[in-house]
Amino acid sequence: MIKLVDLHKSFGKQKVLDGIDLQIEEAKTTVIIGRSGGGKSVLLKHIIGLLRPDRGQVLVDGTDIAKLGDRDLNEIRKKFGMLFQEAALFDSMTVGENVAFPLREHTRMKEKEIRETVADRLRSVGLTGVEEKMPSELSGGMRKRVGLARAIAMRPQIVLFDEPTTGLDPVMTEAINRLIIDTQKKFNFTCVVISHDIQSIFEIGDRIAMLYEGKIIEYGTPEELRASRNPVTVQFLSGSIDGPIRIL
Amino acid sequence: MNRVSGALDRLGRAVLENVEEMGKIVLLFISVLAWMFRPPLKLRNIFKQMEFVGVKSIFVVVLTGTFTGMVMALQGYHGFRMFSAESLVGGTVALGMTRELGPVLTSLMVTARAGSAMAAELGTMRVTEQIDALYVMAANPVKHLIVPRVIAGVLMVPMLTVVSDFVGILGGYFVGVHILGINSGIFIKNIKRLVDLNDIYNGLVKAACFGLILSLIGCYKGFNTHGGAEGVGRATTEAVVLASITILISDYFLTAIMF
Repeated sequence: MIKLVDLHKSFGKQKVLDGIDLQIEEAKTTVIIGRSGGGKSVLLKHIIGLLRPDRGQVLVDGTDIAKLGDRDLNEIRKKFGMLFQEAALFDSMTVGENVAFPLREHTRMKEKEIRETVADRLRSVGLTGVEEKMPSELSGGMRKRVGLARAIAMRPQIVLFDEPTTGLDPVMTEAINRLIIDTQKKFNFTCVVISHDIQSIFEIGDRIAMLYEGKIIEYGTPEELRASRNPVTVQFLSGSIDGPIRIL
Repeated sequence: MNRVSGALDRLGRAVLENVEEMGKIVLLFISVLAWMFRPPLKLRNIFKQMEFVGVKSIFVVVLTGTFTGMVMALQGYHGFRMFSAESLVGGTVALGMTRELGPVLTSLMVTARAGSAMAAELGTMRVTEQIDALYVMAANPVKHLIVPRVIAGVLMVPMLTVVSDFVGILGGYFVGVHILGINSGIFIKNIKRLVDLNDIYNGLVKAACFGLILSLIGCYKGFNTHGGAEGVGRATTEAVVLASITILISDYFLTAIMF
């Protein structure tokens, strides 16, 4: 389980996270929504230790990862998988080598087992026979699928998604949303998604947290959020330019 | 008065920034050393980088080495002819190549070809989050990306220098003997008389140092890239400029220590 306690982070004079308290439930999908450039990615990077907070705790199964050294942090990271915004596939490696990377790095699997696992994970995301392709030969949607296959290669307990549907057409968006739901059910991992795509949020989220001006101002089920009277949430969900959210 | 203090302020800040950067490069070097001997060795990555830095640089190194040797013979001949010492051309070319021009020109060419590519490649990996992806998968980027490049730099630049020394002397021989008409036996005898094996060894030690400098700076600049495509461009330029300057300055000090 992941728990964020009073998390603060500033870059120079700019305060990005200003006291985040959030508990992420196990084996559920929690979506963190908020404005572009509002600190969602920064929050996600704290959960996996890519950034360290100025103050506060990031508890993963009770361990405060903000205080861990590199070696212990790497042990915790093995529980995680992450799908980056542009998939972040290694472009000097083939698709197969990309998905096999964490397996080669952290397991003593034989080549045959690795090949089978890679094919299995690729099948889980709806791809077959692409192992020998280079990432540059793939479309944006396919790259994200391969990124997801790599993220779930080690059967992680927690998978983080950094804006999984940004930059995709509506059909592909729907396909990726389905994929997130299906793989989450199949592998039963805890899922943290950051997004500002309203349609996707309600489709995939079991819980939704709204990040605004460095704080979580709203947390609940999709129904609870829809019924919210908080003017910021109401404006954000309706996409109106009138309301408390400043445009510039 | 204000203008003076403003200028001093800027100067001080620039000095501090440079000192800080040098410190960070040294820290990166220490971490490269620490990861270099920790198994498993990424032999495949190392060989891939050795091929890129070494094998694929042979053509430019042969070309620059040959013409440098040729022009040295030509210039030397005109100088030495004034006091009838044309026979010294062979020895001068060989000494110049092995001690100075071989290592320096080779490492400058490799900086331009491979040092820039290291900065651009790691820079692109940084801005497309591939380096973050390594961290997330609990894989250390220094071990995976920087150690193989530094090993390739330190091993391959001396080897390329051997090639450069050889073709440079060959180019000098061609110009001196076949074009300017110096006696072939005297040309070679003077090389043997003037060039000591230590000249070659020391040249190769220098080349290894330059290989370290260019790969470390290329990786450092690429690894610390920020700001999209523009950032990658900036990192590449800075890597080539800083590595070239550092090579030329350290060349003086290495020479002062060794010869």
